[in-house]
Amino acid sequence: MSADAAATAARLAARPSSTGYWTGFVIVLGLLILAPLVLPEFWRRFVTEILIWGLLAMSSDILIGYTGMVSFGHSAFFGLGMYGAAAALLTVKPPDLWLAMLYGLAAAAGVAAFVAYFSTRLRDIYFSITTLVFSQIFYVIIFTWTEVTGGENGLNFARPPLGIPGLFSVPFTSDTMHWFVLAVVTASYLILRRVMRSPFGMVLQAIRENEPRTRAIGYHVERYKIVSVMLSGCFAGLAGVLYALQNRFAAPDFVFFLISGEVVIWNVMGGIGTLVGPVVGAAFFLLLRETFSRFLTEYYLIPVGVIFTAMVIFMPQGLLGFLRRKLNE
Amino acid sequence: VGFPLEQIVIQTLNGFVTGMILALVASGLTLIFGIMDVVNFAHGELFMLGAYVGTTTMVLTGSFWLSLLIATLTIALLGAGIQITTLRPLLGRDPLTTILATFGLSLVLQNYALWQYGPVPRKIPEPFTGHFNLFYLEYPWYRIVIALLSAAIITALYLFLKYGTYGIWIRATTQDRIMAAAMGIPVPLVHTIVFAIGAGMAAASGVLFGPLVGVNHAMGLDWVLKAFIVVVVGGMGNLGGSILASIFVSLLEAYASLWVSPAQAVIFSFVALILTLLFRPTGLFVPTPK
Repeated sequence: MSADAAATAARLAARPSSTGYWTGFVIVLGLLILAPLVLPEFWRRFVTEILIWGLLAMSSDILIGYTGMVSFGHSAFFGLGMYGAAAALLTVKPPDLWLAMLYGLAAAAGVAAFVAYFSTRLRDIYFSITTLVFSQIFYVIIFTWTEVTGGENGLNFARPPLGIPGLFSVPFTSDTMHWFVLAVVTASYLILRRVMRSPFGMVLQAIRENEPRTRAIGYHVERYKIVSVMLSGCFAGLAGVLYALQNRFAAPDFVFFLISGEVVIWNVMGGIGTLVGPVVGAAFFLLLRETFSRFLTEYYLIPVGVIFTAMVIFMPQGLLGFLRRKLNE
Repeated sequence: VGFPLEQIVIQTLNGFVTGMILALVASGLTLIFGIMDVVNFAHGELFMLGAYVGTTTMVLTGSFWLSLLIATLTIALLGAGIQITTLRPLLGRDPLTTILATFGLSLVLQNYALWQYGPVPRKIPEPFTGHFNLFYLEYPWYRIVIALLSAAIITALYLFLKYGTYGIWIRATTQDRIMAAAMGIPVPLVHTIVFAIGAGMAAASGVLFGPLVGVNHAMGLDWVLKAFIVVVVGGMGNLGGSILASIFVSLLEAYASLWVSPAQAVIFSFVALILTLLFRPTGLFVPTPK
């Protein structure tokens, strides 16, 4: 009994302290909560969008950074989340926030299950190409099925009120929208971090490190991969719902694979396998875009592409790569 | 309505013509993959830039065939430059990093073209304008010439790989990079040459395809996707397989567009790819290793 207690105490003492991590977490969260109160409208909106894109990037990190599968099809999950939310907001009267999230998540999860079933049988670049092709299939369907999806023009809708049924219901302001997005993204981050530190997350990382050995130990690798793609797809869909709520439209451009490509860029820029790295990568990318498009207008992708390619060659760990161990403790 | 025999014949011809151009793009892509495990995402951009260089030299020289030659050589040089600066440092790293690096490059090249040439599509005039009668259509001879010319270029590539000194070096490097280096083959140079050849072939197909549709900065995207499909369906790194797969996929899309819009016809080749990956992951034309 006492030996047990001593062992537990020793283990607890040996565990690296996570005080530094939580201090950083609280400081960043505090700054993000205060952001809409001090920032001008343009930059407030900018921060909200970074959070939404950050959630999309974070969801894709589950595959790229933790399971070791590079998805080039995250735009499909994101887009289906968007169109799912649009379906709820346009067909159900009065429009309801939680129903929009439910529809969006269900749509993304359905698509993710479909894509996962086929794509996880393949590895490496074949997985990437399959996800890319699937996202293009959904793009073509959404782009050409004009009666339902609005085709090239997409769908426009009004924002639902923010509320809890039976308790309260207020219209969204730009500040409450920011806080709502922040709450969803923070909750998602904490859930994903917990999941990636759980035994399930450890198996995913084992697959990344050595798939044949993981299989040999007796894990059903395919099943883990399918769940991993679905988990990733659900959170990507959640990001899509948030984007739809923030911008009040759903458009086929967001299903196009260039978005998926950008998501991969954010991951690599920020540092994969850290969950926050991709968010930082998204912020870095969007800041670069903002800076360069001031004097290069739509050609900002020329310098951004050069910077990205250089980072792939010279800085494969990304901006936060040096913190990787710390962030996963 | 009855059996649309005439339309089917016309679409077969169309499918063959696009199939041959696609084969030209895809054989470069598969050569590059086969020899250095590089999935070249920028291949479509090289195709597009080739077409643009073709429009410029066409204005300057007035000769289609001269433009074809100049565009091919220019883009081959550009390809060599790209290989040396961005892909050589990545040798020996995860093949996925080459997708990322070439994706970054494709963004740069595509937006460079938009910046340099503007958003309005340009047209390369056909080198000759003869027609022959095909049912109710006047079918341009130029299309037939494209198909034949593509076939000629691919045959030349095949002969080069089979009998040329560099061709033999290329095949040796594909089989075993380390052994080839040990035998004194300059492997880094071989890599650069292969990338240049692939880039040049993409550019040539861009110029040949230019007269059929407008040349614009986004045309590479479509082609790189199609070329990926073809290369996977044909078996990665398998030259003959990707040529057959190019014709197969193009015919499939041509027939499909008899019933659905061309935008939706793409889905058929996507489905063909997914079915191939599921049932014969090594491609249709390679025996599945057991």
